[in-house]
Amino acid sequence: MKNRLSQVAVVAAAVAIAGLAGFWFVTLPAIVTVSALPPHTANLANGQTMFDIGGCASCHATPNKDPDKIDRTRLGGGLALPSPFGTFYVPNISSDPKDGIGKWSEANFVTALWKGTSPRGNHLFPAFPYSSYRHMQLDDVRDLFAYIETLPPVQGRVRRHDLSFPFNVRRLVGGWKLLFLRGGPFVDDPSKSEQWNRGAYLVNGPGHCAECHSPRNFLGGIIEAKRFTGGPTPDGEGWVPNITPAGLQRWSKEDIAWSEKDIASFLDDGFNPAGDFAGGAMVEVIRNTALLSTADRAAIAAYIASLPPREGPKPPPKK
Amino acid sequence: MIRIVFAVAAIALAASIAVADQDPIAARRALMKANGDEAKAGVAMIKGEAPFDLAKAHKMFETFEDAAQKMPALFPETSKTGGETAARPEIWQNMDDFKARFDKFAADAKAANAEVKDLDSFKAAFGAIGKNDCGGCHEKYRVKKS
Repeated sequence: MKNRLSQVAVVAAAVAIAGLAGFWFVTLPAIVTVSALPPHTANLANGQTMFDIGGCASCHATPNKDPDKIDRTRLGGGLALPSPFGTFYVPNISSDPKDGIGKWSEANFVTALWKGTSPRGNHLFPAFPYSSYRHMQLDDVRDLFAYIETLPPVQGRVRRHDLSFPFNVRRLVGGWKLLFLRGGPFVDDPSKSEQWNRGAYLVNGPGHCAECHSPRNFLGGIIEAKRFTGGPTPDGEGWVPNITPAGLQRWSKEDIAWSEKDIASFLDDGFNPAGDFAGGAMVEVIRNTALLSTADRAAIAAYIASLPPREGPKPPPKK
Repeated sequence: MIRIVFAVAAIALAASIAVADQDPIAARRALMKANGDEAKAGVAMIKGEAPFDLAKAHKMFETFEDAAQKMPALFPETSKTGGETAARPEIWQNMDDFKARFDKFAADAKAANAEVKDLDSFKAAFGAIGKNDCGGCHEKYRVKKS
């Protein structure tokens, strides 16, 4: 009997070790190597467009108590991002060689955006929206890196994230990636127009709209069936609206319907069809989208207007 | 006749002050609603859905200026919650900044009103007020609830 028990223990230990080894293996942080990058001549203007639609400055620019006075070219980081898992502190991604990403190679940068892996080979937390950035085209990522390198170095290392256990264990992010990372660079849908494809790319890739405009499950993964239907803000204080037609049509009760043109002009001047100005984090988004070309805003609008209408979670009743 | 006008105006003013006293949340919501209605007309002109009308443009900036002057008095300590308020607690922690923003909004609206003469100048002035005044405040002091 005793023998039997020890046999069970040995088998259990072997299974546990195999399990851990398996977990270790499948959660290895993925990287993109230099040899995977073909020759490329950077297009800085396109890099700036990617920077604007990517909203890089919204999180990485050094914060100011007046958000409208932030210098979008100084990427010193430090902004606190409260979440159900703890508070993230946005890193310095300025060109400073010591505190920023001045020493990063192009392959390091592509690896961070596509794989969510740091140059030291650690998983980055998905508060950095690589689940969207991984859909960016390689040339766009490289142009973005070239553009960011032209911005001024800002000194100062940002404090460490303040997360609760087990969310502070970076290795576990490998499991999160297995569960929630899907797909690679965006592929055009040939049955749709060029404009629609450009919009779909900007929204789902660099624009990472769904990161806020979708409800998340208890592990912080986007609930795919409810993508773009809104949900609570990460800090839990407010509500992000449903931007599928089901959400936007709700306005028609007030005799206000969002047309495709309304979406495009909202991304330019910030006024919705009711004459109300955007609120909360969307104000920061408008600061970015206002810098895009009229054609890109129209493309985003064409894609958003074409989303399948879906009901999302219900906002709490107004008090 | 003029007396009646004054009397009516005085009563209206007294009534609005009384309402503001009783229910500052309702009063500030009404002012912001009026701003929104004017901005809606402004957006329609910018989009070319309505012809440009200089009188409408002036009325919009005047409404903005008027609201910006009245708003700061409508945030007493007793009006942090209740009603359908979207006001963030940060307002009362940064009351000086909050009031300064309304002063700037009033000044910007007044300046815009003096400058506007055609659709192009209207677009420029209206766009700047949206981003500088509406946006800055909505971002910091309003919580989005739906």
